[in-house]
Amino acid sequence: MSGTRTETFPAGIVETGLGTVTREIPASEPPPWPPNAELTWIGRPVPRLNGRAKVTGATRYTVDVRLPGMLYACFLRSPLPSAELRRLDTAAAAALAGVRAILPLAQPGDRLRYAGQPVVAVAGVSPRAAAEALAAIDAEFRPLPFVVDMDEARAPDAPAVHDAASAPQGHPSGFPAAPGLPLEGNVRGPAVVRRGDPAQGLAAAAVVVEGEYRTQVHTHACLEPHAVVADWRAEGLTVYISTQFTAGVRQELATAFGLPLSRVRVVVDGMGGGFGSKSQLGVYGRVAVQLSRAAGAPVRLAFDRQEEQTDAGNRPGTFQRLSLGATQDGTLTALAIESFGTAGVAVGAGIGFFAERLYSCANFETRQHDVFVNAGPGCAMRGPGNTPGAFALEQAIDTLSERLQLDPLALRDRIDPSAVRREERRIGAERIGWSRRHPPGADDGPVKRGIGVAQSLWMSNVQTNVACEVRILRDGSVEALSSVQDIGTGIGTIMAQVVAEVLGLRPADVTIRIGDTEFPPGGPSYGSRTTASITPPLRTAATRALAQLTREAARMLNAAPDEIEACGGRLQVRADPSRFLAFRDAAALLRTDRVSAVESRLDDYAGFRRRMPDAAMAHEDLGGVQFAAVAVDTETGAIRVERVVAVHDCGRPMNKLLLESQVEGGVLMGVSYALLERRIMDRRTGLMVNADLEHYKLAGIHDTPEIETVILENLQGNSATDAYGIAEPANIATAPAIANAVYNAIGVRLTALPMTPDAVLAALGRSGRS
Amino acid sequence: MNRFAYATPATLAEAAANTELVSEAMVTLAEGAVLKAGGIDLLDLLKSELLAPSLVVSLRALPGLDAITQDPAGNLVIGAMATLAAVADHPLVRAAYPALAEAIAGSASPELRNVATLGGNLLQRPHCWYFRSPAYHCLRKGGGHCFAIRGESQYHAIFDNQACAIVHPSTPATVLVALGAEVELHDAEGAARRLALEDFFIGPADDLQRENALRPREVLTAIHLPGRAPGSRMAHRRQGEKAGFDWPLADVAVVLTLDPDGTCGKASVVLGAAAPVPRRARSAEQVLQGRRIDAAVAADAARAALHGATPLSRNDYKLALFETLVRRAILAAAG
Repeated sequence: MSGTRTETFPAGIVETGLGTVTREIPASEPPPWPPNAELTWIGRPVPRLNGRAKVTGATRYTVDVRLPGMLYACFLRSPLPSAELRRLDTAAAAALAGVRAILPLAQPGDRLRYAGQPVVAVAGVSPRAAAEALAAIDAEFRPLPFVVDMDEARAPDAPAVHDAASAPQGHPSGFPAAPGLPLEGNVRGPAVVRRGDPAQGLAAAAVVVEGEYRTQVHTHACLEPHAVVADWRAEGLTVYISTQFTAGVRQELATAFGLPLSRVRVVVDGMGGGFGSKSQLGVYGRVAVQLSRAAGAPVRLAFDRQEEQTDAGNRPGTFQRLSLGATQDGTLTALAIESFGTAGVAVGAGIGFFAERLYSCANFETRQHDVFVNAGPGCAMRGPGNTPGAFALEQAIDTLSERLQLDPLALRDRIDPSAVRREERRIGAERIGWSRRHPPGADDGPVKRGIGVAQSLWMSNVQTNVACEVRILRDGSVEALSSVQDIGTGIGTIMAQVVAEVLGLRPADVTIRIGDTEFPPGGPSYGSRTTASITPPLRTAATRALAQLTREAARMLNAAPDEIEACGGRLQVRADPSRFLAFRDAAALLRTDRVSAVESRLDDYAGFRRRMPDAAMAHEDLGGVQFAAVAVDTETGAIRVERVVAVHDCGRPMNKLLLESQVEGGVLMGVSYALLERRIMDRRTGLMVNADLEHYKLAGIHDTPEIETVILENLQGNSATDAYGIAEPANIATAPAIANAVYNAIGVRLTALPMTPDAVLAALGRSGRS
Repeated sequence: MNRFAYATPATLAEAAANTELVSEAMVTLAEGAVLKAGGIDLLDLLKSELLAPSLVVSLRALPGLDAITQDPAGNLVIGAMATLAAVADHPLVRAAYPALAEAIAGSASPELRNVATLGGNLLQRPHCWYFRSPAYHCLRKGGGHCFAIRGESQYHAIFDNQACAIVHPSTPATVLVALGAEVELHDAEGAARRLALEDFFIGPADDLQRENALRPREVLTAIHLPGRAPGSRMAHRRQGEKAGFDWPLADVAVVLTLDPDGTCGKASVVLGAAAPVPRRARSAEQVLQGRRIDAAVAADAARAALHGATPLSRNDYKLALFETLVRRAILAAAG
């Protein structure tokens, strides 16, 4: 267990030529894996093991949890975008027969800052009893001036959403806390990132491109709503919750209620979507526990669709002004961005680190501001910051390439230092038919076709506070355990592949136990980090559990333990496979009913660039390039995305099928973001008018383009599995690729999302092309 | 949703005889009984508490109400309980009224079309977000104000929108009006009447709180389509934001009769999602009548169709959109 050894790992892009890298690794680590082609299960398109249960309805989601004596909770919410709570009398509600607990969340005199803000929570013996209790609450709201439009909120005389005391702290980009940023009216910031001298860089440029871009507020629209069942008992608290982070919610609960971690259990089975909005306990989770404690019974709290759309988080909207300078050969001399974004009453509406890191540019500055409006709080959503950031920058780069009369790919070859993305551009260009790309408006007739490209940038995140257990039982059955949750990506299947690979079994032979904090701590399923965090310690744990079995088998086979290999359901002597024990027979030799090993996540072998208490960022260049082919009807304004080619990398690909599924999901979410989705606020009343899935439009099967996914095998020798994530990169490049394709089709740039027929017709009208 | 009783009568008289019976779409009698056809819109209305009936009367068990038949004169009779899927797939519909089949096939989703009925589709209430939201006591619900006119009007009317800016939500209705369909209505005493569908729908000027002429205790039982005239041609064009399962932003049906020499005899041009009722574009029809239809005539007619439009602050894009769809539908029908 102590000391280190030196190992040589395969490294590089397998498809284009593999080299090696030598690493000093802890002696306890398993040996390097070869490329996937030489492995049995890793990288294979293994269908998700819980797929059948999902499509047959057998999977238990949090909304399906029913406990004996369970109560039903719901919220009285503020009907107004800005109000003072004048009176609150719950006595009549409390006197109703079916009511078991009432919890005020605001007091008379308190200010309420968005329509839908929780005011009182009630728990009753049935949904109807809870609804009747809400109706019996006597609450009076005094309307106050409000503002829901970001541009109006920036005006000096706009109604103030927050004061200094109520304004939340945090960085506009959402990650590090940034206390002390100035607050003026509703505008907080700027948070400034600067290197070099952008003004000088612009002055020295041969070509300057300036542009303004807008992105809309985009809601997570999880098909499974936010839901929790809290069960407070003297012996401990159990919380069933639709969450992206069981272990994190357990920690939040322990802190909030002063409980030892040992008395808090958090459970999730099926998850119907999170996309960043189910990362924390949330007000609703805490309230359910409080109600359960007060009522002495389990309490279920599940949002309806209106609550999902107004108080379950959203991707903030942005306004971005870019100035880009370049020399005639395309070298960037300056990149300056000023952004204003709104996360409603919350912070975190910045543009991420996309522009800061994607391209080489010595003179760089972002000035990012949060603008408060009277609307529900935003939160992280699939590629937070970088997704709206990419929409602006990748169009500006496209504009620059046109001004320089350079091919957009050639310009990127010059300014993008990533060798991986260079290869991704090459592959994608070939697949989309880039050589057949023609100038804007070249088609006859009203329907114009175009091709566009955009790039993705995300972090290779790793959670270090992660452990896994592998158990081998005496009947030959195998379990892998972690509190990690499957938010729909299929992490359980990947875990089964890893264990099967090590033990020489099939994935279906491995029982996966996850989504329960009774098991070793899994990390969060956000930030595209689950696979990267959990598979290395899982492989190591499986290797150590196997070693215990190998010892017994070696004795029986008269061989040394290091002569034994696990393969094809057997433990066999490597040099003479005719000497073997079936895995099950070897397990029968165990002295105890089960053996197990628990391992935790080590640092990446090459180290981490930045650390947080429980997490690290291995690299900041997780890639991905997407190409879109569109058809634009210039007489109706309708955009049809016909094809998307998505070329991505995520270290060692663990499961081809699940990766394609995630990329397709990311692309589809990107198409929906590009063309359809937007929160529509009525400016005169301050309410969201499309808080549903009827007029809040999600892309469906008819809107789905043909999606071709290519996943590179990009080995780096960084961990026992060398795997990284893909969820967020898959979403970041889609909208700007479509926007660039639209420009290539019609010669008019759509600078605001979503690109609806209305917006396309208006842009064509402004340009005089319609 | 309130508590209600549920009945499944076996005869029309029994269904119609319930006191205060209102159709699926009539919400003004909030305490009364309500008819359920497919129940699609009804469920939405119950959930949003725009309807709080004491009794829901299902028409499911009534025999023959879903039949699609041809009468001896060649007219097609579509029972009000025929599902949208059954209408769109019916050989007689596909052969004689392809634009109707196409319009229906482009409406809603396969799941909804399998359950939703043609009668219920014609009687559904407006989908204006102000009307549907309990937060807005709008003019159509007895309030004093239309919130759309100066509010978020992107999906609203560009004609006849001075008082209330709803659009009629039915896409099949656009085609049915163009085809000259009639509705058959029965009351509890067994009396029947027929009404041109065009006259069945009523705008805000006639009644701000109802969208059709259905009376209390009256049931819509059938839709009658006149047999296809010789030389008649038809087309339907729609554009939504989504490519499927979405409301149209604009929706156009054109039915023409062309003489053997190519001259347009009768012309019917109807705009859906443009006004509180399916709107006959009579000025466009006049442009077409007596002319040989070519691209220039179609463009003239399309411009005429938008004559007098009064777009709101968020929906002037509909002018260009309708103009395109009218022109394309005319050319598709004529071609």
